[in-house]
Amino acid sequence: MSILPFLQWLQATPFSTGIRESTWWYPVIESVHVLSLCLFLGIALFWDLRLLAMGLRRVPVSDLASRLMPWTFVGFIFMTGSGVLLFIDEPVRFYGNIFFRVKVVALVLAGLNAWFFHYSGVGRRIIDWDISAVTPRGARIAGAVSLFLWAVIVVCGRFIAYNWFKPLV
Amino acid sequence: MDPNIFPRAWKPFFVWAEASGLGTMVRDSIWQFAAIEAVHLLALAVIGGAVLIVDLRLLGLALQRQSVSQIAREAAPWLLGSLITMLVTGWVLMASLAASKYYVNFAFQLKMLFLFLAIVYTYTIRRSLLKRDDSRIPPLTAKVVALVSILLWSGVGIMGRGIGFY
Repeated sequence: MSILPFLQWLQATPFSTGIRESTWWYPVIESVHVLSLCLFLGIALFWDLRLLAMGLRRVPVSDLASRLMPWTFVGFIFMTGSGVLLFIDEPVRFYGNIFFRVKVVALVLAGLNAWFFHYSGVGRRIIDWDISAVTPRGARIAGAVSLFLWAVIVVCGRFIAYNWFKPLV
Repeated sequence: MDPNIFPRAWKPFFVWAEASGLGTMVRDSIWQFAAIEAVHLLALAVIGGAVLIVDLRLLGLALQRQSVSQIAREAAPWLLGSLITMLVTGWVLMASLAASKYYVNFAFQLKMLFLFLAIVYTYTIRRSLLKRDDSRIPPLTAKVVALVSILLWSGVGIMGRGIGFY
């Protein structure tokens, strides 16, 4: 079964057509998407830097988790919300775009990486290394993988706009 | 006539940038603009984080157990590093179509205005506040300084995105 008929139906809905034909919706949603990138990724970056012991080394990890990470959640809501709207604008084109596909795979991997960290021994025993400037190996790996995947996500996101390659559908 | 806030006397500068070796190189390549743009966007995330982590602290919305000056000291190198990356990549992007696109693009003109104000503000008013001891930062002043910072940098970001739509 292919997802394509569903996407074609989605693209033909009045909602999708409405975003596509409006002068303002697309720029507004794009701007929200880019600004929430600053909020989500900008803050997540400092979390990852702490995991890598490359920044905020004197701030307890638990303080960052409780007093800073909620902002990444806010950013993530705006980011995915605006991202879904951008996708609905032209679902068939996005589906056929190689960079969009790589971006989606990288997003899933970034989610798995975060999930794995939080439920791994290292993530569950933050209290043991809360105030140490040197972080456990597992934390450093999680931080590095996160930074790499998010860089891929951002770069692919930007490259979706270019039609260097023949659409896949 | 399209709105325009750049003096006509600046035009030769944009013509020169577009004709420069760097501008020509990026203009003639199918991938260089996109690649530099991607780096520009990555640096945007870094600068956004470095600005916001401090402004959220000033607003009383994050990391209240650490002092303002401590957070600011931690963020400072990331702010400066990403700002320099933004300026360098931005210059190259701009040079590729300096006179024919950017000089006449109203969103770009507003972006440069916001950018100028944001940089001056960040390294004068905001910086002098961030050096103070927490006890010497009036809460209301902290909030106003943070909000102005967020507004100015958001202006840069929104107008930057606006260039492509103008």
